Amino acid sequence: MSTVILLVIIAIAVLWFISAYNGLISLKNQTLNAWKQIDVQLKRRHDLIPNLIETVKGAMNFEKETLEAVISARNKAITAVAGANPQNVAGAAQAEGQLTGALSRLLAVVESYPDLKATANVGQLQEELTSTENKISFARQMYNDTATQYNTRQQQFPTNLVTGMAQAVPAQLWEITDEAERAVPKVDLGFGKRS
Amino acid sequence: MSDFEGTNLFAQQEANRRKSRWIVAAFILFFAWLGFGADAILYFASRGGRSPVPWQPGFPLIGVVLTAAAAMLIYYTRRHGAEKVLWATGAAELTDPRTDEERRLANVADEMAIAAGVSRPRLWLVNDPDPNAFATGDDPAKSHIAVTTGLLGTLNRDELQAVLAHEYGHIKNLDTQLMTFLAALVGSVLLIREGMGRFLFYGGRLGGSRSRDRDRDGGGGAGPLVIVLLVLWVISWILAPIVINVLAMWVSRKREYLADAMSAQFTRNPLALASALEKIESAEAPTKSIKAGTAHLCIADPLGRPLSNRQGRLADAFATHPPMALRIARLEAMGHGSAFRDAASPPAQPA
Repeated sequence: MSTVILLVIIAIAVLWFISAYNGLISLKNQTLNAWKQIDVQLKRRHDLIPNLIETVKGAMNFEKETLEAVISARNKAITAVAGANPQNVAGAAQAEGQLTGALSRLLAVVESYPDLKATANVGQLQEELTSTENKISFARQMYNDTATQYNTRQQQFPTNLVTGMAQAVPAQLWEITDEAERAVPKVDLGFGKRS
Repeated sequence: MSDFEGTNLFAQQEANRRKSRWIVAAFILFFAWLGFGADAILYFASRGGRSPVPWQPGFPLIGVVLTAAAAMLIYYTRRHGAEKVLWATGAAELTDPRTDEERRLANVADEMAIAAGVSRPRLWLVNDPDPNAFATGDDPAKSHIAVTTGLLGTLNRDELQAVLAHEYGHIKNLDTQLMTFLAALVGSVLLIREGMGRFLFYGGRLGGSRSRDRDRDGGGGAGPLVIVLLVLWVISWILAPIVINVLAMWVSRKREYLADAMSAQFTRNPLALASALEKIESAEAPTKSIKAGTAHLCIADPLGRPLSNRQGRLADAFATHPPMALRIARLEAMGHGSAFRDAASPPAQPA
């Protein structure tokens, strides 16, 4: 009788082990998939930028610095992303953050050239860029959500006993590193000035 | 996927799959009952030796035929239900975005596909000035989302994003699978009822005139039984579409809340959906292109029925959507919670 109980316990333990292991593998692959999704969108943005530069370059002769900032940020971002993976996110996140900053400065400058803005090409490009920025941020969101789920599962008991065998390593989240994006606007309520 | 979405989503998918199975079983059994009931009626009616129909009832022919027909109908509806629904609304597929609005729609749909983690469905446009949207499809990987031209013109980018995210929520939930199935079934049953009505009319006229002459010769003691069975059978035939409609509404009302929550989860912007719903609600109803059978697939009741605005058991049974005010209130509560608040929107300066 006791051998039967023992066998049942072992069977349950083995089944649990298999499902925990498979769960970790599934989450690991989902995290990697979500990462690739970000990669795809980042590449899209990298590819759109030369087109944008070409379109606005002619009209914006005095804005060379802005344009060059975008181009150099793009090149840095391409190399940073090439070497990144879920365990090595910080470099890519920072480079892409800087590219976002440079691009938004460029687009803000474009606003002050009404003739340029009115060109159909620029309108379409702006929509494409807005859409790409959104896609990057949603891909980033999806990756962060999936990676959080993966990390949580790795840390929870008793699944944390299986992580070694499943070769499960915590995935880093894609933080916002661009200080401009994080900055909280200063609010001056002017208490001192009220008469 | 956060834990909130994880637990509710999984439970919802399971519930929808279970409901689908129940509906298939009930549908086939119902038609079997109708068919074998008809056979029983004919058998009793012809026991006196005179058959009211051109063949001699012995083998339950109608029962077998109707059951087989029901099974084939289910199969056909599963495969082509979405096309039927789209065809009924006169939707045109958006394959090649030309205008800025169409391009924006395609881009927003792509963005939400990434946020929701599903493949992008095919997009359709319904030419109607009333803003509305619906999703349909048998399989989350092969779904369709349709929006009215009124929706494209009324909402801004964020609101359009929120509405599409709501539809993606339905697709991910398998709500679209279940509700497309029901919509197509309702349509098919109504068609069949019409066909059978004509058959009964002509068949009954022939059968009635013949048996009336011969019944006086002492026909059947089965007479009253036949009549009772016949009446029951006719009643159930009339009730069938009503039952299916009630079923359709029953499965749909609470789904909208979950889809709203999933939209907030995907966009991280519940106030956008609240604002979109307000615009949709205050626009002129009804959406004429979307008929009653597909109402429960839409984001807002296309017929603008006042019953939708009420709560309680009766409204739950017959209304297709929850009260809009309640949906908006829930979204705003999410939006004003600290989890979604933007960094410091400055309070208005007192004058």
